[in-house]
Amino acid sequence: MQRIILAVVVGMISFSAVTAQTNNKLVAASIARGKTVYLQRCMVCHQADGGGVPKLNAPLDASTAVNGSDISKLVKYIVKGLNDRIEIDGEFYANAMPAADDLKDQQIADVLTFIRSNWSNKAGPVTLTQVKQIRSKLK
Amino acid sequence: MKKVTPISVFACLFISVLLSAISTSAQNIKPDADNAGLTLPTGFAALKVADNVGRTRHIAVNKQGAIYAKLERLDNGKGIVVLKDTDGDGRAETKTSFANYIGTGIAIKGNYLYAASNKEVFKYALNENGDIVDENAAATIVTGLIDKGQHNSKSITLDNAGNIYVNIGAPSNACQEKDRTKGSMGMMPCPILDSAGGIWQFKVDQFNQSYANGVRYATGLRNVVGLDWNNQLNQLFVTQHGRDMLNNLYPEIYDTTLSAELPSETMYAINKGDNAGWPYVYYDHSKGKKMMAPEYGGDGKKTVEDKFINPAMAFPAHMAPNGLLFYTGNQFPARYKNGAFIAFHGSWNRSPLPQEGYYVVFVPYENGKPTGKWEVFANGFSGKTVVKNPRDAQHRPCGLAEGPDGSLYVSDDVKGTIYRIMYQK
Ligand code: HEC
Repeated sequence: MQRIILAVVVGMISFSAVTAQTNNKLVAASIARGKTVYLQRCMVCHQADGGGVPKLNAPLDASTAVNGSDISKLVKYIVKGLNDRIEIDGEFYANAMPAADDLKDQQIADVLTFIRSNWSNKAGPVTLTQVKQIRSKLK
Repeated sequence: MKKVTPISVFACLFISVLLSAISTSAQNIKPDADNAGLTLPTGFAALKVADNVGRTRHIAVNKQGAIYAKLERLDNGKGIVVLKDTDGDGRAETKTSFANYIGTGIAIKGNYLYAASNKEVFKYALNENGDIVDENAAATIVTGLIDKGQHNSKSITLDNAGNIYVNIGAPSNACQEKDRTKGSMGMMPCPILDSAGGIWQFKVDQFNQSYANGVRYATGLRNVVGLDWNNQLNQLFVTQHGRDMLNNLYPEIYDTTLSAELPSETMYAINKGDNAGWPYVYYDHSKGKKMMAPEYGGDGKKTVEDKFINPAMAFPAHMAPNGLLFYTGNQFPARYKNGAFIAFHGSWNRSPLPQEGYYVVFVPYENGKPTGKWEVFANGFSGKTVVKNPRDAQHRPCGLAEGPDGSLYVSDDVKGTIYRIMYQK
């Protein structure tokens, strides 16, 4: 009985180690793809350092929302754009962020995963399933 | 009649000498040891008049040398700051503030101060000391102008015939159906031009004027932030922020390098009724041509020859000319007289290439025309040799004003530093 338990535990540990590894690889690949999307579609405004442009384009680096748990909000910003001049971390931004609704669900997951893990940001990945779910409700 | 005693004559003389000493002694004012961090041509020196004033946009200096600065964000609930140098050392000792609105434009003409919010223009009477008679008695001369966030700052200048000129920036990049959105076409004709994307002329002595009372003096100007009335030529001059995002929107035509270097930032000499062509064209200084915008069928090669005015002067892309001033003083060497200073706020639209601008430029004029070559006059505002990302810039030049003694004042809207640049032989 003890042996069985041991075997199960060992099996579980090695299984989760393997999934963690594949998971890391998947996330790394998503970040790499997300970077490409960022360079082509976001960097012009949010800049290479994610610092944005004072008073014009909001910073993504160290942003509360970008690092936050409300993924729906982030997906919505990308699909619908943002031109509400909302207060973001105590500041207002004058420019208009265009909707990027031509991006595929996977690209949105990738670019969000990239911005949430780059610069000083340390938030977790956004998955394809999450984006699919959120986006279907947006339409 | 009252008898004038020698003593009162003496006192008057003494006071006027004292007053002129306070406002006109650039020769005797000690500059900052590091010239306020600026690099200047030989013979010039600089100091910080004030620091941390707020987000100072445009500035105006009265005959007594007091500085009025318009703030982009309220500071203690106030939107205009008044700085005074009371002991003649060139630095401001007193700072007061008034007005409960944010904005950019501010100007003094005759005995009035004019200041703009992002929707209105107000007028205040000045007394013989150059002080506001009644801070609460602002007369609204213009109201109801478009403010949609993007390009909403209103800059102002006045002519000598009772008119005020107000920039109304287009709340758009290129008049696409969907602003800044890949694949979205340009609207034809661009409906934005009815109420923005140009310079409007209003009367200084009428109240509550809006579009119906004003004259669309010039159109096809995307976003003008620097504008000045050239008194020598009796003509309006403006500096336009050119369009953004050529690479993002049309990567198949413009690579990131082309997109960083196009289109030109432009200065125009304006006559009534002029059309500078936005959104249909942009200017390419490397070709010296007006190019058809890609949203309107352009391919990076098609030029437009017949329509629209040409710029008086073109500059590298995206540097954001925020302040324009024709120098009329006698303090600087003769070649500066009647030439143009331009404060370039600095670019953001050049990434991944390094950013450009963040300095004050001088454009020499001869016989009322720019000689064609511009030079960096004051540099070092950013505190960086190269600005890679805009947030790294410590200061960004925005407004320009000439003091009664011919000193040049520059405002910075990051830290709220006011610089005074003097010529000291
Ligand atoms: C044309 C410039 C521009 C582009 C291109 C752009 N943005 Fe933005 N972005 C902005 C502006 C401006 C804001 C703030 C808008 C407001 O306050 O109304 C913003 C806000 C955001 C926010 C919210 C930040 C916060 O702290 O709440 C996120 C997230 C974001 N952008 C992500 C992106 C991503 C990802 C892309 C590329 C797919 C992108 N943006 C492309 C200009 C832009």
